[in-house]
Amino acid sequence: MISLRDVHKAFGENQVLRGVDLEIPLGTSTVIIGGSGTGKSVMLKAVLGLVAPDRGKITLDGEDVTKADRDAFLARFGMLFQGGALFDSLTVWQNVAFRLLRGSLKRPKSEARKVALEKLRRVGLTADVADRYPAELSGGMQKRVGLARAIAAEPEIIFFDEPTTGLDPIMAGVINDLIREIVTEMGATAMTITHDMTSVRAIADNVAMLHGGRIRWTGPVDDMDRCDDPYVDQFIHGRAEGPIEAIR
Amino acid sequence: MNPLARLGQATLGSLAAVGRVTIFAWDTLTHLLRPPIYLREVMISLFQIGWLSLPVVGLTAVFTGGALALQIYAGGARFNAEAVVPQIVAIGMVRELGPVLVGLMIAARVTSSIAAEIATMKVTEQIDALTTLSTNPMKYLTLPRVLAATLVVPALVAVGDVIGIFGGYAVATGTLGFNPATYIRNTVDFLELSDIVSSLIKGAVFGFIASLMGCYFGMHSGRGAQGVGKATKGSVEAAAVLILAANFVLTGIFFSV
Repeated sequence: MISLRDVHKAFGENQVLRGVDLEIPLGTSTVIIGGSGTGKSVMLKAVLGLVAPDRGKITLDGEDVTKADRDAFLARFGMLFQGGALFDSLTVWQNVAFRLLRGSLKRPKSEARKVALEKLRRVGLTADVADRYPAELSGGMQKRVGLARAIAAEPEIIFFDEPTTGLDPIMAGVINDLIREIVTEMGATAMTITHDMTSVRAIADNVAMLHGGRIRWTGPVDDMDRCDDPYVDQFIHGRAEGPIEAIR
Repeated sequence: MNPLARLGQATLGSLAAVGRVTIFAWDTLTHLLRPPIYLREVMISLFQIGWLSLPVVGLTAVFTGGALALQIYAGGARFNAEAVVPQIVAIGMVRELGPVLVGLMIAARVTSSIAAEIATMKVTEQIDALTTLSTNPMKYLTLPRVLAATLVVPALVAVGDVIGIFGGYAVATGTLGFNPATYIRNTVDFLELSDIVSSLIKGAVFGFIASLMGCYFGMHSGRGAQGVGKATKGSVEAAAVLILAANFVLTGIFFSV
């Protein structure tokens, strides 16, 4: 289980997280929703150790993530970044197999390429993209390559940071289906950040809403529509009027 | 804010920046002792910093050597010392102009490129992606570039020294009436091993500074295109100033009597 207890984080004067408490059971898909700038990405990066919390404790299976062996800890994770974050100087297959070409998971090059091609196939890309560079791909294809990279080493836990942002509805649907399939197939724990309510319904087992630097509501996705929290209600229905202030 | 407080704030800011750069440099160097070292990245950097800089280094050196010969000849003529052209070109190129010009060219070409590349990687979350893929960005991005520059810039300086001396030779023998054989003999006889060693050491130090500044500013860039632009500009300014300051210090160490 991933557990966040009273996690605080500020950037200068900007207090982003103000005491986040959240538990993510292993083997489930949890989606974090919330407005832009509410700290969803910061929370996710704090779990990975990319951002150090000012206060609070984050544990994975009871072990403090700041004290865990870094390589072993990160080897359990895969992450799909919002913009793909593919390495421009490497070909598509080298991006996908990055983890398999170096470090503790290193394999022979031919084997790593074979795994990369298999993962590309898994996300609906053919072998002919393998030797292209990321800049030669469309946004949707880059997301798929990012997804293939995230699952290449078959991690136990996968984070998805706004996986459908910037994609057309059909491609967003394809990515949502892929995420759901992969999470189910691999039995992985997934934590996804999104504003896209279609994605939430397609991906989530559980939903947590982050607002004002704290978890406002959390529960099964089926309970989300019946939730009587006015913040959640306003957010999931996309209403301009409500307790969440919209800057116009 | 009163002027004294402003001065104090600026001083503290500068000292903090020196501290951050020092820690960054130390962190980079300690990775040398902690495997893995990504040799493929080192080789790529050696090629990009060394081989691809040869044209600009060669052109800079040949024109500088030629101009130096003309200046020394014209200046020397005022007190009947035109004959010292080979010796002064050699000592001027090897001791000072070769390393400094190569250092500044590397700052312009390589530091800016490293800073822009790493800053863009930071802005597009590629640095975070490296970390999540169990790869230390200092080890994967910074160390190979710094190591490659420290190793290859001395070679570039050696090439620049030779081409600069050749530029002086071409002008002196082509237009100033010097005898080619005598020119070469005077150059070789006058240069000492310590001149060449000091030139190469300067090259290594300047390569280290230029690449370190590129990496430091890239890794600490702000957000967006403006952040990348600022990082690139700052890296070149810092590298150029530090190279000239280091040159002064090294010249003092090597040649003060």
